[in-house]
Amino acid sequence: MSKRKVKETHMPVGECISQVQMILRERFCHQRLPEKPVGMESQHKHLLELLRRTAVHGESNSVLIVGPRGSGKTMLLNCVLRELLEVKDVNKNVLPVHLNGLLQTDDRIALKEITRQLNLENVVGDKVFGSFAENLAFLLEALKKGDRSSSRPVLFILDEFDLFAHHKNQTLLYNLLDVSQSAQAPVAVIGLTCRLDVLELLEKRVKSRFSHRQIHLLSSLSFIQYLDNVRSQLSLPQDFPDTNFYDEWNDDQSVVDVLQRHYNSSKDFRSLHLLLMLALSRVSASKPAIKPTDLLEASRVCMVDSKANILHGLSILELCLIIAMKHLNDIYEGEPFNFQMVHNEFKKFLQRKSHSIHNFDKPVVIKAFEHLQQLELIKSMDSSTAKIQKEYQLMKLLLDHSQIMEALQKYPQCPTDVKQWAIVPVLET
Amino acid sequence: MVRYFTRLRMRRIYKWGGRPYIFDRKLKSYGFEYLNMSVEGQEAVTTVTPGQYILIEGNDDEYPFVAKLLKFFGDESHKQKKALVQWFLRLSEVPQNKKLLLGRSPHPQEIFYYLGRACDNEINAESILGTVQHVPEDTPFPEPGTKDTLYVKLSWDTKAFNVLDPVLMQDTPASTPPKPALPLFPPCASPTATPVSRGPVRRALPTPDPTVMRRAGSVSDTRATMSAGKRSTLEAESIHSASKLSASKILSAKRRGSAADTPGVRKKLQLSPGKKMTRADVLCELLDEEMESEKVISLKLSSSVSHSLQHGCSLSPMRSGCKTPNGQRRFPWKLSSISLDRLSPTALGEQDLSRATTPSRRKESAMAIRKPALGVLAEEDSEDSPMQPIALTPRSKRKSAQLVSLRIRKQLNLLDNTQKLISDGDDDCFVPSKKDLQSSSDSEEETMVRKTRGRNGKASARTPCKTPSKKVCMVTPSTPRHATPSIPSRTVPARQPGNILEEARARLHVSSVPESLPCREQEFQDIYNFVESKVMDGTGGCMYISGVPGTGKTATIHEVIRCLQHASDMDEIPTFRFIEINGMKMTDPHQAYVQILQKLTDQKVTADHAAALLEKRFSNPAPKKETTVLLVDELDLLWTRKQNVMYNLFDWPTRRHARLVVLTIANTMDLPERIMINRVASRLGLTRMSFQPYSFKQLQQIITSRLNKVKAFEEDALQLVSRKVAALSGDARRCLDICRRATEICEHSTSHPSSAGLVRMNHVMEALDEMFSSSYITAIRCASLQEQLFLRAVIAEFRRLGLEEATFQQVFVQHRALSRVEGLQPISVSEGLAVCQRLGACRLLLLEASRLDMLQRVRLNVSQDDVLYALKAVRD
Repeated sequence: MSKRKVKETHMPVGECISQVQMILRERFCHQRLPEKPVGMESQHKHLLELLRRTAVHGESNSVLIVGPRGSGKTMLLNCVLRELLEVKDVNKNVLPVHLNGLLQTDDRIALKEITRQLNLENVVGDKVFGSFAENLAFLLEALKKGDRSSSRPVLFILDEFDLFAHHKNQTLLYNLLDVSQSAQAPVAVIGLTCRLDVLELLEKRVKSRFSHRQIHLLSSLSFIQYLDNVRSQLSLPQDFPDTNFYDEWNDDQSVVDVLQRHYNSSKDFRSLHLLLMLALSRVSASKPAIKPTDLLEASRVCMVDSKANILHGLSILELCLIIAMKHLNDIYEGEPFNFQMVHNEFKKFLQRKSHSIHNFDKPVVIKAFEHLQQLELIKSMDSSTAKIQKEYQLMKLLLDHSQIMEALQKYPQCPTDVKQWAIVPVLET
Repeated sequence: MVRYFTRLRMRRIYKWGGRPYIFDRKLKSYGFEYLNMSVEGQEAVTTVTPGQYILIEGNDDEYPFVAKLLKFFGDESHKQKKALVQWFLRLSEVPQNKKLLLGRSPHPQEIFYYLGRACDNEINAESILGTVQHVPEDTPFPEPGTKDTLYVKLSWDTKAFNVLDPVLMQDTPASTPPKPALPLFPPCASPTATPVSRGPVRRALPTPDPTVMRRAGSVSDTRATMSAGKRSTLEAESIHSASKLSASKILSAKRRGSAADTPGVRKKLQLSPGKKMTRADVLCELLDEEMESEKVISLKLSSSVSHSLQHGCSLSPMRSGCKTPNGQRRFPWKLSSISLDRLSPTALGEQDLSRATTPSRRKESAMAIRKPALGVLAEEDSEDSPMQPIALTPRSKRKSAQLVSLRIRKQLNLLDNTQKLISDGDDDCFVPSKKDLQSSSDSEEETMVRKTRGRNGKASARTPCKTPSKKVCMVTPSTPRHATPSIPSRTVPARQPGNILEEARARLHVSSVPESLPCREQEFQDIYNFVESKVMDGTGGCMYISGVPGTGKTATIHEVIRCLQHASDMDEIPTFRFIEINGMKMTDPHQAYVQILQKLTDQKVTADHAAALLEKRFSNPAPKKETTVLLVDELDLLWTRKQNVMYNLFDWPTRRHARLVVLTIANTMDLPERIMINRVASRLGLTRMSFQPYSFKQLQQIITSRLNKVKAFEEDALQLVSRKVAALSGDARRCLDICRRATEICEHSTSHPSSAGLVRMNHVMEALDEMFSSSYITAIRCASLQEQLFLRAVIAEFRRLGLEEATFQQVFVQHRALSRVEGLQPISVSEGLAVCQRLGACRLLLLEASRLDMLQRVRLNVSQDDVLYALKAVRD
């Protein structure tokens, strides 16, 4: 539905295209914050007020921002911080400290990082001096010495907050939240997490010190709003240099269908951006607008089943083994199988039904079987693999029947007897 | 600088000297004339006689207690050696809050005559470390660089500083027979009494009998008063040594650069009233280019050698052995106070140079030229001091310094062999560098005295400008050890609350300290009585306090301590130390030792060493000790497999001399039974208290008292909050947080923050909803269509299986069927897995590790009813 036509009056097409790609890529790759967060006005206001009170009044706070992946938690926080730092009084007064649960995997590292970012006096250059215990004592002492009105507020931003809750004794969280609940240096502890049950992770003492403010980012966008978003995401900014490079919107049903499908699958912007990025990359000087086919193609790439792709690259022998496994699954109702069983099933097929495929040596079949295991299409169920002979290791198939059938349909020049066998198993006589 | 007190203690040997001159039948005590102290393995002996000022072993190795020796006595068997003393206080021992009464900045060497009558003035003679010099009241202070002489100007009677009555100084010593010729009264009024003459006088020890008789009487007297007023004794003691720590820190900071950090520094005794022209002085003067002093100094220097021989007799440090790298021990009883400071390298450097030059040059200067002495010194100084921070101890330098000093010692030793018994020089080997000059110049000609004094005043006024610069040098970025923990301060001060709602919010913040703690009166009283009685009796004990989070345990104890501290300020109870540790605020249970020790004495040591030091501290008797109140928060985290941390914490209070009150806090009521082994639980004792969760009335009262007439809430709204919280947890923090949130909602509900009225029911309801409502249902409602479908598939599969668990493969079959029913295009397995992972990330589903791919098992994290309810609402 979105189409962009380019008329090259002032600028050559190539330049326009590169401009467009630059602007849109910045948008889709989250390198630039949007002007205003969409669909989260109340949360934005709440968070901004909260942080402003910390920055201006020196009031300590703690808050959790909870929302599914890709729902814009970080974007919201960054927007708020950007807005906050624009205020003149605040700008020089707050000390933001960014931590990420994936980077600071234990309290020792986290403490060093905090100390480094606060640039306390035991930091020289980038190096933090002292042991873990000393660092903790030093930081706590520093925070304790501060008071509401005179020391600079510290904003602790804990990304992947839930991971901090797995640290030993939750020492860091306890101390940060304790500071936020006592008359020490003003702090705001902001946690970002996608876990709805994050509070249950907190130890009772830590939990009691947390203020229980949670900002939920659960998008309740309707499809119409979703479409609007797509439109605004693709629109060029007002001040785009070439005025004749204009947008023409053209509602195309196929595009709406694609977007509907994406909307059904997930509402978050990250997957949308991925889709649009793929479409955008097909824009070139010779083809200066995004056409519905581009989107369809992009959508196909996004939605494609990864395992079906792998199946297309298998040899006939491997495919036959997979079909044998499928039949074993049917017979034994999902119980694990071993190589010998598969091989027997395969031999039955060769003896009774096969016209096109000739016998393979056992080592060759084993090799094919091992290849399947390396591709993780089958998975060993035994934990102690070393002791059992390869042929008798129990395996399970990691493929759905529909995937197999679909792959067979698309497989280039698949022998018909194999196809037939896939549908009808070789019956015992 | 971290100080490790690792030195070996040398054994001191004490022997009575002279004949026992009295026998008190009643007390079976003998009086003795003097006490000979010697260090094991060394021949030299120091004699301590009554009337001298002595240093007494205390908690702080750097600042021993000071007292004047009144008399010695012991029992028949000569095993017990006692001494009667008149205490003197250092400023650091005066309670912190009373220090201001002094009305001027104290001199670091100043001591105060202690007038509190009840302080236990009987000490164990074997705790005497040595003697010290003392200067009477109207001598002006020298500049702070000199640290071996103490000055008495004022007396302290636990309430105020008074001008010292000379009679007092005269009176007390009255009972001490061999009162040394002059030191104490009419200060240096008698310029005729030259230091030179003093030495011999002092040595004329033999005690006149009449005084002995008098003393015998006084012995029984003091005993009587002691037993009678025991409580007051304790009181006085603890006051005496109050806040020793902090002050000693300050002092040591001042001394830094010379030898402040030498643990075993002991004061040197000087007899002359008006000496103390130190090298620091010289330097100072030099800096100020007051060359007019040259003459004085050179004179001084010329005279100094002989004098120093007269009475610089140094008492060897008992502990010097292990500290001195080499043969220092061999020269413990040297004449003249040549000292080696090993700890501060910079000082050492200076000293080294000056030492090397002085002996010979001094003489030269005295004879030949006038200027040289000072000139030379000055040169040394100017060469040396600017480089101090940079030229940090090369080892060789240190060694050479020692060599030189050894040589000098030998020389001086040869010069003097008759003076060994002069015990007034308690100069040890580690006396700060500046002393060497001082000691040699301290016995000046009388004529010089006055002049010198005049300049001293000036010099001391000038010193401050010198010390800071030194400090700056020390706190270079490369030594983060000296870093002070602090958060940078803001440029614009925080804004004060503007309207009623903001005011209310500030008051409702958990951090704001309320005027009083309502609803915990009983608990408050119990804890107060417990701690107070222990402090009053000078005994120890443990108390265990339990309660769920947010019931005011820590707050109540802090309130108790505040009240008790107030009481001790009003002199109703003895002073005490309050120390707080928190199991959550340390990285390892053994860090508890480190933190306790650091808070007690400001030392930083390793955990094992700290445990040893604390063990020593709490098990050894000390002449003056105040009660320590230790709050251990989050006790359960101090659990170790052997439980030795807990064991020690509960064992120390049972020691006789510990005077330790331990208050422990944890959440569970039966913690002692659950996690402690018997010997730990038994030591914890049965003094327990549990804090019940607040009832709704109490919560309401808490909020009302916090708001304190700021009218921001409707009565009903408050009641709703408190009822709701009381029903759930009784956590006061939660209650306050909800109220705070309600004020925010109220503020935002109106367009103008100023026009916002009271916080009403609906605001509170909204806040409660926000905080208590589960987000799962909203999350399900906001999920995408495929996610919702997947949830339905999960439930359908569960129903089919009759289990609460299914593999993804099974669920996916259901999912495909459902999407066909719904008329949706079926999704691929990869997409299905993505949907499943998204739900798992939100924890709507519980998933196995994703490497299991299709075989991972899926469980619901929400009840099936909730899911169905949420989905039904969506469809409607």
